[in-house]
Amino acid sequence: MTTFTLNGEDYEFAGAEDTPLLWVLRDHAGLTGTKFGCGAGLCGSCTVHIDGRARRACIIPVGAVADKQVTTIEGLARDGLHPLQQAWLEEDVAQCGYCQAGQIMAAADWLERTPNPSHEDIEKQQTPLCRCGTYARIRKAIFRAADIRREGAVTLVEPDGQEVST
Amino acid sequence: MTALNRRHFLKASATLAGGLVLGVSLPGRGEEKSGSVGEPAGPHLAYLVQIEPDGKIIIGATGSEMGQGVKTSLPMIVAEELDVEWDSVTVEQMPLGIKRDSEGNLAWLHVSQGAGGSTSVSEGWQPLREAGATARQLILQAASERWGVPMGALTTDRGVVIHTASGRRAGYGEFAAAASALPLPENPPALKATENFRIVGRSQRVVDAEAIVTGQAEYGIDASMPGQVYASVEHCPFRDGSVASFDDKAARRVPGVIDIVPIEGPAPDEFFTVLAAGVAVVADSTWAAFQGRAALDIKWHPGPHADESTASLREQMRQALERPGQVVLDDGDVQAAFAAADDSLAADYFVPYVSHAPLEPQCCVVHVRDDGADVIAPTQSPSGASRMVNRLTGLDRMAINVHISRLGGGFGRRLTVDYVAEATLISMAVKRPVKLQWTREDDLKHDFYRPCGLHRLSASLDDRGRLTGWRHQLASPSKYYRRPNVEADKMWEAELYPDDPPRRLLPNVQLQYYSMQSGVPRGSWRAPAHYANAFAVQSFLDELAHRAGQDPLAYQLELLGESRELPYEQHGGPVFDPGRLAGVLKLAAAKADWGKPLAGSQGRGIAGHFTFGGYAAYVVDVTVAAGELRIDRVVGAIDCGLAVNPNGVIAQMESGVHDGISTALRLEITLEEGRIQQDNFHNYRLASLRDAPRVVETYIVDSPHPPSGVGEPPISPLAPALTNAIFAATGQRIRELPIGEQLKS
Ligand code: FES
Ligand code: FES
Repeated sequence: MTTFTLNGEDYEFAGAEDTPLLWVLRDHAGLTGTKFGCGAGLCGSCTVHIDGRARRACIIPVGAVADKQVTTIEGLARDGLHPLQQAWLEEDVAQCGYCQAGQIMAAADWLERTPNPSHEDIEKQQTPLCRCGTYARIRKAIFRAADIRREGAVTLVEPDGQEVST
Repeated sequence: MTALNRRHFLKASATLAGGLVLGVSLPGRGEEKSGSVGEPAGPHLAYLVQIEPDGKIIIGATGSEMGQGVKTSLPMIVAEELDVEWDSVTVEQMPLGIKRDSEGNLAWLHVSQGAGGSTSVSEGWQPLREAGATARQLILQAASERWGVPMGALTTDRGVVIHTASGRRAGYGEFAAAASALPLPENPPALKATENFRIVGRSQRVVDAEAIVTGQAEYGIDASMPGQVYASVEHCPFRDGSVASFDDKAARRVPGVIDIVPIEGPAPDEFFTVLAAGVAVVADSTWAAFQGRAALDIKWHPGPHADESTASLREQMRQALERPGQVVLDDGDVQAAFAAADDSLAADYFVPYVSHAPLEPQCCVVHVRDDGADVIAPTQSPSGASRMVNRLTGLDRMAINVHISRLGGGFGRRLTVDYVAEATLISMAVKRPVKLQWTREDDLKHDFYRPCGLHRLSASLDDRGRLTGWRHQLASPSKYYRRPNVEADKMWEAELYPDDPPRRLLPNVQLQYYSMQSGVPRGSWRAPAHYANAFAVQSFLDELAHRAGQDPLAYQLELLGESRELPYEQHGGPVFDPGRLAGVLKLAAAKADWGKPLAGSQGRGIAGHFTFGGYAAYVVDVTVAAGELRIDRVVGAIDCGLAVNPNGVIAQMESGVHDGISTALRLEITLEEGRIQQDNFHNYRLASLRDAPRVVETYIVDSPHPPSGVGEPPISPLAPALTNAIFAATGQRIRELPIGEQLKS
């Protein structure tokens, strides 16, 4: 029996402790927003937060999250939309959309610690794979989300990545 | 384009709530004709337009949404002519709709469904407009009768009927019930003039955008049926190999494992020979099925292709090109052109096998009952899924319900329905709904790969370096894999498109094909042969320009010449206009500062291509320093006729840029002793954000032409634009994909 906090609520899993968190979320907790892409920690589709840090749920045995806080895409925003979700809509990032929950969960962690990201920051930290090729819009959306988080600071991001303060 | 010229293809009736539903159907394209008689059962969510008395408007999305945007663009076309507020429309995915005509033949219930060949928008354009306009006309007619005014005195505006003279206004919903009882208009109503469009031609957001970013969108992997069990299949690692024996004692002991089901391998000449042999583990969860599978002990018969390797196939191709090939196009006299030439040039280009690798591994849910079957699948070919279930179960086609979930990527992989076949066989064995889940390893090792190929291009030139003769020889295993209906001498048709340029741009053009044998399954991969052919042709033109000491853009523009209509008989025709290709090359060049000098380690390349009715071109800027490639900027231009959703067109261009880069940089599938060597993203390394250019710009040609599809045209010109840029930066000509480590040598 593994007990942890899932999107703010207590959750109990009765199965084997070596079951990857991903499959507990998807098959048992019914939270299917976290996606399966590789099962080997390589693609980032399954990114969730464990005690606030982005982790790849396909390679984390559920036993390792005992008594921890697990947040999935469904629980990212307490009410309304997270700035990243908002920015993702504004930039209309998604194509097939399959990778996007993982993209947002990954960015939601590191953007917290890098509130004013550069292109280099994004290239270093935003590692989930997108097969459809939405990277150009992911960049823009991360810049946009940083602006939304800074509230009030109005910065336009030009197509060449130049920031223009107004 | 298909005109909705016969009224009886439209069908109107009432919804449960007494509203108007309108469906439209066209003669099927590619639907098969066998089977017994029956009518489609179940609720008709499947209608294109549904207007409820409370004013709610639902538009059905006919196609499979895999990221190419048709769940947005196709309903936009209906909404435009219906004249409603786009933001107030609900879009719902329609299930597969098929019906039997009076002769018992199967036909589409509405329009053709599924997605492939970038046809959804071009084929749907006219019928979807007419469907929207017809529903609006029925509403107007009902309003005219209710208010006792002539129809000509009524107009509409965003879902409201207006009688201008009296100032009377009422929403469509108020007339929905009355409209549903009216006979359909004899003639198609007049359509809007394009300058009056309010929805089409304006950028609209992806309809499921909010569901996607909140984790609510339903993909195949998220689908379920009550009482389902979970299945995973250990597939034979050898093409056409089979199960010699297996020991499932340990697997059966894994907690949660319910049953073990052997899957028989391919039987020659059967429709479903797309199946690989294997052993399925059925369990009460996905993870238990994976665990059970890992505990299987299977001995394989390696089958007939156990010796195949990439190196051996490559060597066979090289040897083949030394012999005369099958001449599939012979314009003018190429031999004479070469004999009389002042100069000539030849170069070989190679493209490897590549995998589709949609990010969502193959999956589906299938329930085979005694009297029918239910399928939920992320498929590009819902009718193919329906045919497959029919072939395996013998169930009537009309008793097989196929629901299309969102697809976590397609790229052509999901035109093949092998995974639906597996789930069907397993459901027949365990008599329960089966949710099948492939792993990434399954997906990479059991794909229907884009064929590899060795291209030899030869050109004869006059004293100014201009082309006088062109020969293109291609040795490849054809995409036509296990197609019993395709004759041996027609295998080339999937790999060479004779009407592609430079045909008719110079008098002497010859194409030769060499059909290679390979056990590797092949299939359609985004823009099928165009990716490889554009790479070879556009690289070679760049080489010729440099040979002639000319600017590559100027060289190509001179070859293309003025705008004119040339016949184009392959998919994407009936015409090819070299002026439109020149147009996108010029537009991309102008926006990308073509001709402006760059720093020493930088280079700029250009390429364009015509694919499936659309014209696209890129200018790519790169920096190469100490063997490290950095793609700095990509400027693209597309002429896709009228851009139904410009935002979606731009997204598809960006997709073409990134998919093109990803495939050119590192992707290849290789074989050793009959086994595929790549099994996950550590050795099939998709581009990451780090590889992506910081600047991607797209420009859309303001075109008077009707819309073409945009899913495929954007990919083909990217690789040659990139490798031409690398040449400009380094003097190193990349003639083989992927680029891999070549710049380091
Ligand atoms: S599914 Fe977890 S990283 Fe790919
Ligand atoms: S949007 Fe399809 S994988 Fe990223």
